[in-house]
Order: sequence, then structure tokens, then C-alpha cells
Amino acid sequence: MKEFVLIFRLADMADAQPSPEQIQERMNWMAGIAAQNKLADKGNSLSPVSAKTIRPGDVVSDGPFTEIKEFIAGYVIVKTDTIEEAVALAKANPIFKTGGSIEVREVLVRK
Amino acid sequence: MSEPLLPHLFRQEYSKMTAVLCRHFGLQHIEIAEDIVSDTFLKAAETWPLNGIPENPPAWLYTVAKNRAKDVLKRQHLFEERIRPAIGRATADSEAEPDFEPQAIADSQLAMIFAVCNPVNAPEAQICLALQILCGFSLEEIANAFLVPRETIKKRLQRGRAALRADDFHIGPLDEHTIKARRPTVINTLYLLFNEGYHSRSNDGLIRKELCSEAIRLALLLTQNAHTDSPEANALLALCCFQASRLEARHTAEGEVVLFEDQDRQQWDQELIHKGNFFLVNACSGNTLSRYHLEAGIAYWHTTPEGTNKWRYILDLYNHLLLLAYTPAAALNRTFALAQVQGRPAALAEALKLGLEQLADYHALLGYLYTGADTELARQHYGQAIALTSTSAGRLTLQKAIDNL
Repeated sequence: MKEFVLIFRLADMADAQPSPEQIQERMNWMAGIAAQNKLADKGNSLSPVSAKTIRPGDVVSDGPFTEIKEFIAGYVIVKTDTIEEAVALAKANPIFKTGGSIEVREVLVRK
Repeated sequence: MSEPLLPHLFRQEYSKMTAVLCRHFGLQHIEIAEDIVSDTFLKAAETWPLNGIPENPPAWLYTVAKNRAKDVLKRQHLFEERIRPAIGRATADSEAEPDFEPQAIADSQLAMIFAVCNPVNAPEAQICLALQILCGFSLEEIANAFLVPRETIKKRLQRGRAALRADDFHIGPLDEHTIKARRPTVINTLYLLFNEGYHSRSNDGLIRKELCSEAIRLALLLTQNAHTDSPEANALLALCCFQASRLEARHTAEGEVVLFEDQDRQQWDQELIHKGNFFLVNACSGNTLSRYHLEAGIAYWHTTPEGTNKWRYILDLYNHLLLLAYTPAAALNRTFALAQVQGRPAALAEALKLGLEQLADYHALLGYLYTGADTELARQHYGQAIALTSTSAGRLTLQKAIDNL
């Protein structure tokens, strides 16, 4: 079993405040993964408001969005044999209805 | 004339007296404590038919046990003094006598629960020990409840007892640290004890009921003491009460399982449902959210009439339960709840991903989900479920589902 982090990106700030129906949909998606015993960590949401970016030269700016259009909204860690399986799990996420995207990255454990 | 009274007293007093005596002698001498209690009951069986039943039978038992304990201590004291004079410390104080006051009994029993629910033993061994030491079950009764050969249970108990003796848990007032460290094990063991009764493979309805009511009795002991009371214990009690309210309705007089939707709701025990509500409210007094809370919540919704949102709540609780910890049962039940909320086709798509082909319940679920859509596949999966089911009652229920296709 390998672990993959699913990184959620949203295009619109408004989507960071989901409706109860959206919350329910996400919950069903995540529980569906847990029901297959493929959820390694239910992860967390990342605040779009309480956010700073630090750059060389002691430059600190508000928010995560200076250069990229989308911002990272949260993450979940799944455990599957292959990255294709992790991608298949990600495809069922409701985020695509609102134009978001998911990045799938294998976790390389530091020795 | 004393026949019906003695077995009743035995069940009621055996574990109490053993607990009090273990507190006195120390857990490593549990056999001495049990011998004294057995001797006491033997004496009652011999003398009561001749001399009549004493006015206060429990008090009579306590007095006899107390005197026997004193004799044993005196002998032990001599032994200690003669054989090990150099050490100069007796293992027990021969002057003091066992305390059978109600508070001491409650404290001793509580300490015994924490002593028996010891993580050095596997959960199934803990349950056997709990049944024997805390509930006064005989070897036969335990073997009957588990549908396991007597010899297997005997070995399990012997190994478990050896581990307990080696650990030498102090039977006395429980300290904060012990309570905190052992509480999850204690609650889990009582949870498993209840489930063993509720889902027992045994066809003996009486045994099933006794296992359930013993689990409730022991959980009540936890909540009645300020130090051992906890949101989890209350949630467990709520769960037990809700489930137990359906015990009568779950089986026909012939021992056949009645499925939830076919149960006669008039048979549900309303008093137990009220008690469940009471403990569930108590359980939610803090910020703790355990699997017992979620399962109690699910059991609560099952006691309510069919409403528009009932299954949405149940699905949501199963979702949370799965995020807390994966179990195949939670995965299957969650998928069943999904079928009630989103329909069978949506649930079927999820069910096919579960990968639980080795379980009878999985095939029973697939049989249910294929019903109405693909009768042949429904029949096949119900058939596989029957092949994987060990009890005749379970097979009968599945056969009925096939007949109704």
C-alpha cells in the first residue's frame, strides 16, 4: 500500500464556504473511501483567510494568492496500491462541479 | 423450596462476594476467594433445606464467607510466620475482616471490573473472564454462549487468569491514573460483551438476554461512581438500552431472526428506550464524541418512526463512524443507509467497491441491492450468503429473501 495526498484547489473564494448540501456531498465522498478502508487520514481544510506567504528578503504578504489563480483549500490522504486507484477515488469528488481541481501526490516517507 | 432461591442468589451474590474477598486477599489469591464463596454456597445448599431459609439470605452468606475468610487468613498468617519469618510481613492482615457493606461491595466490584479488563489478555479472553469472575457464569454457560467447546473456554480462562495473577492488579480504591489508562479497555470489553449477547450465535434466548443485561449492569456500575463515570460509559449504556429494547422483537418464539423492518414495534420496550434517551443526553454533556456516541445515535434513530430525514441522519452518523475507525460492519451498514437515502443503484455502485467478498453480510447486502434490478444476481448473492452463514436461523432468513424475489 502506498499513500497519496489529494490536494484540493479552488478557483473561487466563495467555494471555501460550502453550503450544507456541499458539505454533505463531500462527507459522503470521504466516507465512501473510508468504507473501502482506503482512507489513511481525513486531512484538514486550510484557511483561505488566515494565510500569509513569506518570500526572500523578509517579504510577508497576505493570502496565498499572488501568482497562482487557484488556492489550496485542503487535503486528504488515501492509501491505495497504485496512483491510478488514487486518481479514480479523486475523480468522484464533487469539487469538479465548481471548477476546482485535485492534485494527487505520492507520499515519499523521509528515512 | 430453596431450589429457585439459591441459583438466583448465586448469580446475584457470587461476583460481589468474590470481589470483596479479592480486595481482601489480593488478586493473586483469587482462587482462595472463589473457594470461600463456593464453600459458602455449598453450606447454604446443605443447611437451608434442613434448617429453613434464613431471614436475610445475603447477610447469612456474607457472615459465613467472612468467618471462612478469617479461618483462611489465620492459617495463612501462621504459614507466613513459620515459613517466612525473615520477611515478617503477612500478605494479608489477619486481624481485619472482609467488608460486606454496600459501599465496599460496589467499590470492590468496580475495582474487579478494572482488574479483569486488562489489555494483557485478548478481548475474547477478557469477555470470558468477565463472564466468569464479574458475572458468575459457569464454564458450560460461557461455552454455550460462544458456541465454543468447553475445553477451549477452559484453556482460555486458565491462560487469562494466569496473566491476571502475574499482573497483580491492586483491588482497592481506584486511582485517577488507573481509571484513565484502563477505561477504554473496560468500555470496549463491556461493549463486546453486550454485542456477544445481542448478536450471539447461540439459539438460547435466555443466555443472550443475560449477556446483554450483565453488560448493562456492569456499565451502570461505572456510571454510578463519580470517578469512573464518563461520556463514553453513558453513550455505551444508551446504545445498550436502545438495542436491548428490541431484544424481544428480534426473535420469534422459535428463535428465528426477525428483520428490523418486519418487527412488531408494539414489542419494543418503551421503558428501555426512555432510559436510552436519558443516558444519551448524559453522554452529550461534554465535547467527547466516541464511536459509542455515534452508535448510540444510530440506535436512537432506529427507535424512531419512519420519517423523511431519518435515514439521512443515520447515513451521516455511519459516515462519521467510518472516519473514526474502519470496520467491515460499519462499511456494510453505511452502504445500506445510502440505499435508503440515494436509492439502490447508487448504493450498489458503492457496494461493489467494498471488497468484502468473504463475508456473508456482504452478499446479503448485494442480494438486497440487486433485488428489483437483477433477480438472477440477487439470487446468486443471497445463495453465497447462505453458503457462508453458520446458523440455521440466519440461513432461514436468507432463504425467505430468495423466496420473496
